[in-house]
Amino acid sequence: MIYFDNAATTRVDPKVASVVQEAMLDVFGNPSSPHTLGLAAERLVRQARDALAAAFGCRADEVYFTSGGTEGDNLAIRGVLEARSRKGKHIVASAIEHAAVLETLKHLADVGLCEYTLISPDGKGYVAPEDLVAAMRSDTVLVTVMAVNNEVGTVQPIQEMVRQVKATDNAIYFHTDAVQALGKIPCRVTDLGVDLLTASGHKLAGPKGVGSLYCRRGIRLSSQTTGGGQEEGLRSGTENVPGIAGFGLAVELAMNQMTERVRNWREMQECLLRLLEEIPDSHVHGEPLSNAPHIINVGFPGVKGEVLVHALANEGLFVSTGSACSSKRAPQSHVLAAMQVPRDVAEGSIRISFGSANTTKEVERAGELIAKAVAELRRFQRQ
Amino acid sequence: MYDLLLIRYGEIGTKGKNRHVFEQRLQANIQAALAGLGVQEVERAHARLYVPLKENLEEMTNRLQRVFGISSFSPVRRVPLDFEAIKEGAIEVMGSSLWEKEPLSDSPGKLTFKVDTRRANKGFPMTSPEVSRELGAVLLKEFPQLSVDVHEPQMTLEVEIREQYSYVSTERIPGPGGLPVGVSGKAVLLLSGGIDSPVAGYRMMKRGVAPVAVHFHSSPFTSERSKEKVLDLARILASYGGPIPVHVVHFTEIQKAINQHCPGKLMITIMRRMMLRIAEMIAEQVGAGALITGESLGQVASQTMESIQATNAVVELPVFRPLIGADKMEIIDLAQRIGTYKLSIQPYEDCCTIFVPRHPETHPKLPEVERAEAKLAAKELLEEALERTQVIICGEN
Repeated sequence: MIYFDNAATTRVDPKVASVVQEAMLDVFGNPSSPHTLGLAAERLVRQARDALAAAFGCRADEVYFTSGGTEGDNLAIRGVLEARSRKGKHIVASAIEHAAVLETLKHLADVGLCEYTLISPDGKGYVAPEDLVAAMRSDTVLVTVMAVNNEVGTVQPIQEMVRQVKATDNAIYFHTDAVQALGKIPCRVTDLGVDLLTASGHKLAGPKGVGSLYCRRGIRLSSQTTGGGQEEGLRSGTENVPGIAGFGLAVELAMNQMTERVRNWREMQECLLRLLEEIPDSHVHGEPLSNAPHIINVGFPGVKGEVLVHALANEGLFVSTGSACSSKRAPQSHVLAAMQVPRDVAEGSIRISFGSANTTKEVERAGELIAKAVAELRRFQRQ
Repeated sequence: MYDLLLIRYGEIGTKGKNRHVFEQRLQANIQAALAGLGVQEVERAHARLYVPLKENLEEMTNRLQRVFGISSFSPVRRVPLDFEAIKEGAIEVMGSSLWEKEPLSDSPGKLTFKVDTRRANKGFPMTSPEVSRELGAVLLKEFPQLSVDVHEPQMTLEVEIREQYSYVSTERIPGPGGLPVGVSGKAVLLLSGGIDSPVAGYRMMKRGVAPVAVHFHSSPFTSERSKEKVLDLARILASYGGPIPVHVVHFTEIQKAINQHCPGKLMITIMRRMMLRIAEMIAEQVGAGALITGESLGQVASQTMESIQATNAVVELPVFRPLIGADKMEIIDLAQRIGTYKLSIQPYEDCCTIFVPRHPETHPKLPEVERAEAKLAAKELLEEALERTQVIICGEN
């Protein structure tokens, strides 16, 4: 089996799994309990918070644990809207954000709680900082742009975006969804300059159901979950101690090994790009080598992405569709559409994404399998 | 108050010499349907079946309403063959029912009722009307909130006087009717993930057929999830008649061959012919006497009279098409009632459309179809597909 769908989720690192298990079986206390078992659990949470703070280059008390990327994005958007309602309710976002952002904005606009402007990227997937600034209004409270796009891997110039946004209106907050970025590219918040940053555990060999939101000190954010007052009252609910402990270790491992991992991934990317180039009429989206190291999205007109995914899975290679199977029901990928990728190329697109355990040897084998499956399937395309 | 379920079966009582076979099958089907509910034995005596009742009337009702062959059933109290005992039983049963219905009502004559007596045991000293009349009088006296209405009563107290015992009840729950699954023999059901074929299977099961399903899978053009969906549909059907084996046929190579060698407009016709051939081969393997499809005349291009003629021509077994005269809305309605609809409309099938031409022939001519088909190595293709068939039993506990 070759698992190349790591942007969807990853296999948990065995070391992480044993920390999670330990927290479940041994350190099972409630961090809020005053006794020693509660204290031991609290210590696990604190260690994890420190590991994240180290990764982001921030203070530990600026890291809040959540249930994952979707909650982080929701909390950032809804929390800012509520806290900054006096300034306004306008948000600027890129058109290629994850559904956790886009659907949230759409819903909030539907119920009258916000207005928003989406900024399209260019053909390579880049959003221009100037376009963000141009869309800002006096009632804009938040700009949110993902650090790494989950479908094509484009890295956005967050630092420059923040600089230009803040230079124009210093009262606007900047949030970045860094779910695909953490462990792949540097995510130090002081370098990026962002006010809010969302991360998730299961994209970097951590457990599912845990994530974090960095919220810079002094940033006003309203809690969306009320209760026992955990996480400084921002996110009530008994801490997911096993998940948090696992997340912390996963981040620590990813940071320690990042240079080495990135080097391997780049090698794998180069190898795969060479192999893909040999397949007639193949279209790699964006510029993988100057973007996230772990993602390549490629389209093969004349093939249906979903069929190709099934065919490859039958051969033991797991990738994902760049866009859903074409039918009246399923729309094509909003990211590829925003990048003006022609429909037949978008429909025949798959995303290949590496994890820490993958090897160049696997890439070579995958290249063969893809070439074979594409050739085979193209013989049966509808006339 | 109730200690038994009394189960009635209508249609099969009239089947002459075969009656024994039918009853045994129904008994076994009920036993299987009630598995896990602690029912040791289904008792059979003189055209009635009896199941001991515990605290699980609701679950038993749910399951029995899916056992074909049952015309109705009632939770009953079993009492000796003696009017005094019947009287006591009737008072107790009526008392509890009234308490359930109108716990605090005591306004006189508010609830109407009647007594229905059925005396199968002619040795019992009183006639049915006598029993009804006397019991009616007793109940009126005992429960002032009752009054008699023999035409449209709100409650009916039923008394059955049978060979060894009498039974009293105030409730009669309708069964699904039909014939016990299995008594009519086996048939191969062509089960797609769509709305129609599960309904067709259901209807034939209701006529006593035990289905063996065959599903044509076109991996990678259809997903694993679409196969799972078909298995889930089979599991729903199995809840009406016991485990169903699903033969999942690897159909991709046949589709590819047709796509390569035959004209696009005849593709569906030839595909259907190959499917029926495989279904018949499986029928032979498993000893089935017929095929079942969900076709409805004129619904799509492959279901015109000419298309059906062209596909039907390749098999010798009878093809049952219980939905041939049904409207889509009627089929959807039934699918909703039997619980397959929601599953059927899940959109996993889409990619299969890659093989469907935009303008399929609606009036294929048999000689033309046969000529086109001659280009296929049909025998080898069929054998290979059959060899790569996987059998999954659905609905086993």
